[in-house]
Amino acid sequence: MSPPTDAFEITEATRLLLYQSMLRTRALEKKAYDLFMEGLVQGTTHLGLGQEAVAAGFAAALRPDDMSFATYRGHNHMLLRGMSMASILGECAARANGCCGGKGGSMHITDVTKGAMGSYAIVGAHLPVAVGAAWAGVLRGTRQVSVCFFGDGTTNIGTFHEALNLAAIWKLPVVFVCENNLYMEYTAISSVIPVEHPAADRAAAYGLERIIVDGNDADAVYEIAATTTERARRGEGPSLVEALTYRHKGHSRADPGKYRPDEEVAAWMERDPLIIYRARLESLSFPVAILDEMEQMARAEADAAADEVRAAPLPDPASLMTDLWANGGSEWRN
Amino acid sequence: MAELTYRNAIARGIGQEMERDERVVFIGEDIGAAGGVFKTTVGLFERFGPDRVRDTPISEQAIIGGIMGAAMNGLRPIGELMFSDFVGVTWDGIANQIAKTRYMTGGQVTLPLVIRTANGGGTHFGGQHSQSVENWHMMIPGLKVVAPATPRDVVGLMAAAVRDDDPVIYLDHKKLYALKEDVPDGEIVDVLGKAVVRRPGSDVTIVALAAMVHVALEAAARLADRGVSAEVIDLRSLVPLDTTAFLESVARTGHLFTVEENPRLCGWGAEVSSIAAEECLWDLDGPIVRITTPHIPLPAAADLEDMAIPSADRVVQTVLSQA
Repeated sequence: MSPPTDAFEITEATRLLLYQSMLRTRALEKKAYDLFMEGLVQGTTHLGLGQEAVAAGFAAALRPDDMSFATYRGHNHMLLRGMSMASILGECAARANGCCGGKGGSMHITDVTKGAMGSYAIVGAHLPVAVGAAWAGVLRGTRQVSVCFFGDGTTNIGTFHEALNLAAIWKLPVVFVCENNLYMEYTAISSVIPVEHPAADRAAAYGLERIIVDGNDADAVYEIAATTTERARRGEGPSLVEALTYRHKGHSRADPGKYRPDEEVAAWMERDPLIIYRARLESLSFPVAILDEMEQMARAEADAAADEVRAAPLPDPASLMTDLWANGGSEWRN
Repeated sequence: MAELTYRNAIARGIGQEMERDERVVFIGEDIGAAGGVFKTTVGLFERFGPDRVRDTPISEQAIIGGIMGAAMNGLRPIGELMFSDFVGVTWDGIANQIAKTRYMTGGQVTLPLVIRTANGGGTHFGGQHSQSVENWHMMIPGLKVVAPATPRDVVGLMAAAVRDDDPVIYLDHKKLYALKEDVPDGEIVDVLGKAVVRRPGSDVTIVALAAMVHVALEAAARLADRGVSAEVIDLRSLVPLDTTAFLESVARTGHLFTVEENPRLCGWGAEVSSIAAEECLWDLDGPIVRITTPHIPLPAAADLEDMAIPSADRVVQTVLSQA
């Protein structure tokens, strides 16, 4: 596993950005949880609590026109591409102010104008989509990079292999990021793979480097993100990154996560990416007052977004029959 | 005007659109240097080069996901699935992702893409390489579905499909590849959702699609000898569906027959019949009758397959039995 290397320099501004990003995603997901408990979030949610460093590290390395593809556990990634908390929480609550007008829901947070190319709820579906988008960028000469986030369970589905193979043979600018949180859903990933590392141990099959990073260390993730995205941008092809991390909650709202041993949970809670990073910033003499203020600002942002959602109208009934087709309608006959 | 086969019309149609718009690209298995396993794409690789005409691995999920991503980022891709039966391998990409993304994102994502595939039976390939799967797609909101019956329509409907801003499933019929007709020179462009009357008639209406149009036409010619004037309507497109075309025809003839290759349950003819029953029941002078493949997989044996797929004989007998 690669810790941040001494040779890779991270500026003070970037460190503050990484911390701020993690604070904001933490605040967002806690608020999503609160809104669920208030009864405002319909359906279900899959929270990224505990996995903030992966989202923060990659988002900090991307250009505005790069493209991020995420799963149903995608709120973190989509927020950090520049979406507002209100548009994400509004979508979770299926309000008119949600990014998809309430038609997508918690599992489909999307804002393509920000490179937040969608959150995909069928495991593995988005890997080939990220590949195709990268290919289009190459043909159009845009120098965009596609970053595709997925869970450890995805490595056992066919699209994982088809997408990696195609990206590798076409040498496309895609960074595949496996957020290995040790559990596919309710089952330990170690019990359903014949190798130790679900992604990294399969990289060689596609001629790719074996990359494992501490996914709870934002600096380490940022370094890998910067090197793999720049490599992609130089035309040197895809990378497959396995980021080791842990979700603080169960798979979804229906899951209390009781299948995880208490001592394992406790050990990972100590490795909370925010605790790790706060300690690092303090050891680097960042003023505590500023760090505290950043934390308060993130919470205030989430509070304000939640207020906005509570006040937002339900979707316009007329929207039921719109936007099936590019002409805005849903007619199928004359 | 020159004679063109249905087979060669496919490359002509794709070439016409690639020439016009450099955003149009084409990917699939063996479509490039090999010219397609049915030789339907011969010459495109040489003409447009490997950037725009790309051979893929045997990875249907990567083809379908790949064209979706390419369409999200500024291209107008055509993806080929070698046999239409293979949509089963990548059904998530088609039915869950491509079909639903515009609606689920509140209209953010436009997917101007075409999935082109060789559909239909009559070639004795067995049950996994012979199906007619137009009804599978017709029932998914968000997909447009076209199936040309003639070489001219192969070109014109390909142009319509490529130029449409929504996902279009384009099903050419492999039994028709050798069919020839004189086709006008120059650009041919149709619109989606416009049926064509292939043979006017006054006694009965026969609605058909793709290869079944020719079965219906042969039946209509024989029915004429028996004193029955049959009107044959080629739907050409299931979504959008030109309901006006068959409702107006039935209003004149009072009899409706559908001829489809789909197995019996939930074939497209059921939808056409249902619309007619709801909207023009009082124009009808007899029951609506569907002529379909039985509810079985298609057998490989030629004599068995020929019994399964609707034939002109079966259409003639069915129509006469109702007269």
